[in-house]
Amino acid sequence: MGTVISIDVRDPGIPESVVDAMLARLEEIEDRFSTYRPGSEISRIARGELAEAHASAEVRFVLGMCDDLHRTTDGWFDARGHRADGRLDPSGIVKGWAVEEAALLLDEAGARNYSCNCGGDVIARGEPEPGRPWRVGIRHPDRADAVARVLAVRDLAVATSGTYERGEHIRDPRTGAAPTGLLSVTVVGPSLTWADVYATTAFAMGVAGPAWVATHPGYGALAITADERLVWTPTVEPLLA
Amino acid sequence: MPKRGAIALSLTALALVLLFSFKTPDVAVTTGRTTAIVASGAGAAPAATSGPAAAPLSAAGQGRNTAPRATAAPAASTAPAAGAGGAALANGTVTGQLVQTRFGPVQVQVTIAGGKISDVTALQLPNDRQRSAEISQIVEPMLRSEALTAQSAQIDLVSGATYTSDAYAQSLQSALDQAAHG
Repeated sequence: MGTVISIDVRDPGIPESVVDAMLARLEEIEDRFSTYRPGSEISRIARGELAEAHASAEVRFVLGMCDDLHRTTDGWFDARGHRADGRLDPSGIVKGWAVEEAALLLDEAGARNYSCNCGGDVIARGEPEPGRPWRVGIRHPDRADAVARVLAVRDLAVATSGTYERGEHIRDPRTGAAPTGLLSVTVVGPSLTWADVYATTAFAMGVAGPAWVATHPGYGALAITADERLVWTPTVEPLLA
Repeated sequence: MPKRGAIALSLTALALVLLFSFKTPDVAVTTGRTTAIVASGAGAAPAATSGPAAAPLSAAGQGRNTAPRATAAPAASTAPAAGAGGAALANGTVTGQLVQTRFGPVQVQVTIAGGKISDVTALQLPNDRQRSAEISQIVEPMLRSEALTAQSAQIDLVSGATYTSDAYAQSLQSALDQAAHG
């Protein structure tokens, strides 16, 4: 089972061939980065069959971003040690980055008003209709008939990391323990790549996560705590619908 | 998994792609991708109805069908949406295909009225294990509201997802394909 990607283009006249190109681009990225495809570069690197220095420029670029993040997050983001089996897994950064790469093709085709939603990680470009922002509902972790909150956004990315989705796969790389304190963290900001990474990292950090997100200019966090409170940073305040 | 359907871009068309294995480390097999158009009828439909003509795509890969598609009607309108080159969804109740997940089977039923989705019901959701039961409790009404809020003009997108919601979307998609072809 994969992840659903929804592409919703509101501009008239965008050729449908763009969507083909987006799918091809995503397929290309998965071919290179999937940890489930034995022939992917990441799998070959993990097995020691491919030296990182000989990997494609794209793979080296992404692994470089992973290493930068490992430093700037003080070890919280760790593509090389977070899995129980210790294998290389840059998936924490690849998904958001891949969707952003694909969405660039829409921009290049002239689209200015569209949304892409990949498994809950959202790029909301422009407006769904003139004068109205995109309304992005934040999933409530356990109150089943409601979203926790709605964010009204234009030209922003929204990424959520939470226990109900994949919490058991995110662990504090320094203790190996599952994170505690938060049920979900939603990060809003200009880039989906970083919103996604910051959400993952902030969730691993737990209750200290939202404040950490706020240290990155342009990015804000809205968290749902284990005792079922909503917490958000100032950047999010004007986006609350 | 063979691909179904195809993508059409129109003002409120959604393209669904079951594609990634990223961030789904429990899942051993990537199933390939399924591409299809989903429904329109979103209450959030803009007033303009001049979407680009939606033609079937011919993307790489085998077995794409003609794009089922439906053009959205504005929320306030009761007219079946058949404008802008779109085909309205046929009225009636359609059952989607059974989709297996690691938690169990997922199957949904869609009711179409006036060319729009009027209801989505989960016929089957995973409940055979405690873990699955917990997920069903959380997910069923959530999935329901997720699918219906696309029509409600309340929300354009939801941030947050589950494996089960993927299967839900897939089953929903097949039901909508049938409705569009009906």
